[in-house]
Amino acid sequence: MKTKAIGKIISISGATVRTDLKGLTLFERVSVGEHNLTGEVVRLEKDGTVLQVYEDPSGLGLDEPVRGHGVSLATTLGPGLLSVMFDGLQRPLDVLGDKTGAFIHPLHLESSLDLKKQWSFNPLVKKGDTVSGGIKIGYIAEGFFQHPIIIPPDKNSRVENIARGTVILEDPICRLEDGSKIFGYHSWPMRVPRPYRKKIISQEPVITGQRIIDFLFPLARGGTCIIPGGFGTGKTILEQTIAKHADVDIVIYAGCGERGNEMSELIEEFRELIDPRAKCPLMERTVLVVNTSNMPVAAREASIYTAVTLGEYYRDQGFHVLLLADSISRWAEALREISSSLEEMPGEEGYPTYLASRLSSFVERAGVVETLSGDIGSLSMILSVSPPGGDFTEPVTQALLRTAGSFLMLDTTLANSRHFPAINWMQSYSLYQNILADYFKKNISNDWDVLLSLCREIMHKEESLKEIMEIVGIEGLQEQDRLLMTVAEKIRSDFLAQNAYTADAYCDPQKTMNSIRSITDQFLKGQDHRAGKSENETL
Amino acid sequence: MRLSEHKYRTTSRIAGQLLYVENVLAARIGEVVKVIGPHGITFEGEILEIVKGNILIQLFGETRGLNTENMEIVFTDTIRQVPLSRDILGRRFNGSFKPLDGLPMFYASKWRPARGYPINPVVRLRPEEFIETGISAIDGLNTLVKGQKLPIFSCAGLPAKELVAHILKNARLRESTKKFAVIFVALGLTFHEYSFYLEALQNIESEFVAIINMADDPVMERLMAPRFALTVAEYLAFDHDMDILVLVTDMTNYCDVLREISNAKKELPGRRGYPGYMYSDLASLYERAGRIRNSQGSITMIPVITMPEDDITHPIPDLTGYITEGQIVLSRELHQQGIFPPIDVLPSLSRLMQKGIGAGRTREDHRDLANQLYKNYAKGRELKKLEAIVGRDGMAEADQLFLDFATVFENEFIHQGKQTRSIYKTLDKGLEILERFNLIADNLKKKTEI
Repeated sequence: MKTKAIGKIISISGATVRTDLKGLTLFERVSVGEHNLTGEVVRLEKDGTVLQVYEDPSGLGLDEPVRGHGVSLATTLGPGLLSVMFDGLQRPLDVLGDKTGAFIHPLHLESSLDLKKQWSFNPLVKKGDTVSGGIKIGYIAEGFFQHPIIIPPDKNSRVENIARGTVILEDPICRLEDGSKIFGYHSWPMRVPRPYRKKIISQEPVITGQRIIDFLFPLARGGTCIIPGGFGTGKTILEQTIAKHADVDIVIYAGCGERGNEMSELIEEFRELIDPRAKCPLMERTVLVVNTSNMPVAAREASIYTAVTLGEYYRDQGFHVLLLADSISRWAEALREISSSLEEMPGEEGYPTYLASRLSSFVERAGVVETLSGDIGSLSMILSVSPPGGDFTEPVTQALLRTAGSFLMLDTTLANSRHFPAINWMQSYSLYQNILADYFKKNISNDWDVLLSLCREIMHKEESLKEIMEIVGIEGLQEQDRLLMTVAEKIRSDFLAQNAYTADAYCDPQKTMNSIRSITDQFLKGQDHRAGKSENETL
Repeated sequence: MRLSEHKYRTTSRIAGQLLYVENVLAARIGEVVKVIGPHGITFEGEILEIVKGNILIQLFGETRGLNTENMEIVFTDTIRQVPLSRDILGRRFNGSFKPLDGLPMFYASKWRPARGYPINPVVRLRPEEFIETGISAIDGLNTLVKGQKLPIFSCAGLPAKELVAHILKNARLRESTKKFAVIFVALGLTFHEYSFYLEALQNIESEFVAIINMADDPVMERLMAPRFALTVAEYLAFDHDMDILVLVTDMTNYCDVLREISNAKKELPGRRGYPGYMYSDLASLYERAGRIRNSQGSITMIPVITMPEDDITHPIPDLTGYITEGQIVLSRELHQQGIFPPIDVLPSLSRLMQKGIGAGRTREDHRDLANQLYKNYAKGRELKKLEAIVGRDGMAEADQLFLDFATVFENEFIHQGKQTRSIYKTLDKGLEILERFNLIADNLKKKTEI
């Protein structure tokens, strides 16, 4: 057996460990040292293997044992994931808290899910039915959520017996005539995208409830949006507000290398707030993957893969999933640290040369798909970026700009004048705008696109008039320009700005439409009035 | 556990604070070693890297005068631990955690690793209890709460230490009878600054612990001193339910040592030569602040950072700002106008303020009041730029009002000299200034009438 082979540690540098153990496979999961720290194979060499350790390596010594697991680092998928907070390696943090107290110590857990917990199972098929990959054989009631149990792709047989009522994950839920057992949970290697029938171009938006996003820079289902911004520009607040209000079935929130206090705030709020769609606490539609900035760096790298695999799992059940990651820069920095400890040749700003390709293959895991069961599911992504010094020319922002469909640039000047969300309306863009315009015209209002271009025009003109005004003062402007400035100011303060701490935090598209219409009507009326007046004058 | 003590005389290379030992049989990462140099000089080091039998050790002490032949390295088989006891209160230590006050070392009732362990995010409690500092610009507009980490971004020559002393003297939790203590960490301080702080500390009512690394002390100690301090803080806060305020000055010196060591290790430099892992390294300090369930205590942290070239985008303030929950930014311009404390409230921010203010915490009208002060001041400041171009006379009357408001706000609200203001005084002051300019908005009016 492969798992019996034990090697020794021959060198340690940071979280990179070399072992003399051979016969391991690339990206195989390993246990390192006397405390069984979790690690992954990152490089195979002639006389040994290089491992990345995902836990705090201090205290790790020379000659300590290394064992291979024969499988890659995997995410456990099944009922019981919702409302749980996991670390980057998908260890439930509340279970870890019960075992090691307030502080996290390296600890090996058998499973990410509670395999002994009792669930109520409601079968859809009966003995003798033929089932194949993608068929739903029943539902497990997970609070308000009906969790479908789906036959894995490679199976095709008839049902020999199937459970009903109380089940636990440890026991098979269904036995097939070919002898295979179907469990309520399974594992999936986190770095491998999950299969689907085909990808579909999205025609529908994710309604975020943020006026500036829904109206000016809409996000399509299955789309990706990046939010770069310096510190204090409100990335986290914006992400959390969207996580609360977006019209999706499942939210996966990855706190990647960010603050611990923010996480405790998020949990407390999500437990209190009620999801208006499902009428359950927001927490029950949310899975959190949290690797705060002080938790081991290498696990931070793994955390976004854990999160995206969880997202794909719910997508495959035919749900609309939103993955929010805060922040991708911290992930990239983890990648850089790992790369430099492997003594790889650096690319731009010390980041490895494969930064862009890793990022784009991650971003490509988003999309609307026809699942193996024939349902339509989607995984949309909103990723925040923390560029050093607020400089958007850095490699992570640039690499993401090439792949993401929507770019919301957060502006320090706006944030300093407490205009939130501090999205710069001149430089942000959304490639989904044209596709989604039809949806909004059909479902919200016929003149959506007319108002949109009018609003754009006003904001554009304001920008150029501002410079003139700085020299001549508002009195020096022509009457029609003065009108435009007042309307633009109104658009900025009453429409684009939205307070995340009041009832205004969520605004549905109809209200968004009404709000912009009432402001632009004022503008058009003013113009007509003026035009009428000047006609009179010429007469 | 090793059965015998391992002692080596196989030092191959010394470079700055780094030492290389060959042919070592057993070693672990983070293991403490004792280095015995010529003439019996002894100090400690820590294992950074193991490559087969070759060990890289980081030394905490003066390396001048060492040579590779007459060195003995003793491997202790333990990782760095901090002795802990309640008797630590009132004591002063150096960066190697040796008493500086002439008294003998206390008897340790517990030992904990200096690097600590990350707080489990699910066990964290949301920081929301207001701390009164007596400074209007902080209490009123950038409120500090228990368990927060709020750095002060200063520039060379600005009175950051006077501000810190002011906070030390006045910081108190409202309606709290619990034990409160200050842990002061000096990193690379000059004697002048040190004596100033020490005097301030001796004049406060609460107890304190000081860990002092002076400008001419071994630089390596600068990396360990904050870790000792935070381990002590965790012990006092979470084992003894105390409210701890950790004051670290100056983090810029810390980061410079980090760069020095990284350079000596021949690591790839990042921005401005600072190592790529500086974010994670700083986070391993700052993130130790907070509150946890099942404990009444808390760790609040105020690091002081001197921004090189007054540049807020410099890696040190930049990375700090990404980790901490806001920042207090000092302004050279305000300082030149004679305003104390010279806090520029526009780039300053307290991320945890929303939860710490309002009815039951400070006062019901606090949020609206702060928003309006902020909004009007921002407008006034914006107009000041215009004033520089067109002159005051070229401006509309309404705009002149905001100009005056900004000036009065700076001179009367932000400026308070040696005075201490309670939160109520601060709020009343703000309200009074708004009233004077007839700028009270309707939503606030309603609240104040009630």
